[in-house]
Amino acid sequence: MTLQQDVHVIAPPSLLVRDLLFAYPDGHQALHGVDLRIEPGERVALLGPNGAGKTTLVLHLNGILAPGAGTVEIAGLSVSRTTVQEIRRRVGIVFQDPDDQLFMPTVREDVAFGPANFGVSGDALAARVAEALAAVGMEDQADRSPLHLSGGQRRRVALATVLACDPEILVLDEPSSNLDPVARRELAEVLLGLGRTMLMVTHDLPYALQLCPRSVILDDGIVVADGPTRELLADGELLARHRLELPYGFHL
Amino acid sequence: MGAGHVHPLHLPRESVVHRLPPQVKIVAAFLGVICVVATPREAFPVFGGYVLLLLAVWAAARIPVGWILRRSVIELPFVVLAVLLPFTGPDPRIDWLGLSLSEPGLLGAWNILVKGTLGVLTSLTLAATTPMRDLLVGLQRLRAPALVTTIATLMLRYLDVISGEARRMRLARISRGHDPRFLWQAGATARGIGALFLRSYERGERVHLAMLSRGWTGAMPVLTADTTTRADWVRGLAPVAVAAVLAGTGWVIA
Repeated sequence: MTLQQDVHVIAPPSLLVRDLLFAYPDGHQALHGVDLRIEPGERVALLGPNGAGKTTLVLHLNGILAPGAGTVEIAGLSVSRTTVQEIRRRVGIVFQDPDDQLFMPTVREDVAFGPANFGVSGDALAARVAEALAAVGMEDQADRSPLHLSGGQRRRVALATVLACDPEILVLDEPSSNLDPVARRELAEVLLGLGRTMLMVTHDLPYALQLCPRSVILDDGIVVADGPTRELLADGELLARHRLELPYGFHL
Repeated sequence: MGAGHVHPLHLPRESVVHRLPPQVKIVAAFLGVICVVATPREAFPVFGGYVLLLLAVWAAARIPVGWILRRSVIELPFVVLAVLLPFTGPDPRIDWLGLSLSEPGLLGAWNILVKGTLGVLTSLTLAATTPMRDLLVGLQRLRAPALVTTIATLMLRYLDVISGEARRMRLARISRGHDPRFLWQAGATARGIGALFLRSYERGERVHLAMLSRGWTGAMPVLTADTTTRADWVRGLAPVAVAAVLAGTGWVIA
């Protein structure tokens, strides 16, 4: 009985990945048993060299790829064929190239696309769109085509398209790639201001340090380190073992 | 380049025609062309009436006549066939300036020329007053197959992205000294097109993944709550009513 009560009182983790195994159809084993737990409100960086399995892991979080073994739970709901639509609402993935994400003719329609798929309509939909665009500071660009926005603006609109779905956890794939320094800083300010649970896949280690108190290093399909970002990044030997390094001139 | 918001056939203006909902304009243009096609070819004055009607619509839409006429030259290749008909058509023949012309051929040529031209002018009027995006919305509201409108929407969005990619690939080729002047040097260009196809295919996959991640289930959700009023339909179909009267007159006088 007490156990039952505890379950109700303590919010379930936003993300719980247990012993996840996955092999691609060509036989390449991409994930060798990944364990990851992210509590509500945490901001976690997912680091690792190219080919470590980061993107494969991300595509498991919303059921695009189905695990060979192991489970993924989002706020207590496990990912399966029957829950996949609700899971996709709870997991907001911002893809690396905004041109892949923004496919509608105008910003407003693109931001409305997600919530409309999840059954929001009418005034509630308009309110969601306005709120999401305001959160990223793009409310005055609503009627423009994504084609005519700068790289940084596109990235922020891509973020808004996901925010409009009101996700439990935001998953960002290389959010700082192809951004100029000002756009990079502005995006960081937006992300910090959201106050949402976040998993950020990145090669940009200073960005991880700026945004995420905790980091996880994934290499060869397995979590090899999990701890405070500053400590992990200060361990030069650990970084070198996993083909990571701070940019020239940086020291911790 | 990269100015995807204007297509060369669109003339952005503030006018009553521009403000009409796109589906009304699509239906009106379609019915208008039907009226023209249904008019007997011998009813010559009626075709003058159609021209006056179009002039009235252009005035309402504030489209300069010259602007439309310049764009109507796309019709020219199709007119060539019509020009041949009077020479190749069957008897009876009439003599004109020393040329022996077939009378049914002349009428056939006139038929193609006048109806084709009116059809092109009507389509140009629709295109001039309706942005491409709204045309798609209009088709969607007219219950065109969802797959078709979705594909067209994506095409509209990615045409510029893909042509941008093609431009960058070409620049990269030229920067490495590629200067195709002869047919046998076209190999690199051909391979470039192949690579572009693969890249577009891969992008398609990524776009699809991103759509799935936002809950796409195969049907485009309804995003706008705009309603079309009865007054819109009345305004939009008024020229069609005139065209229908003209077509009817044609049958009476012919």
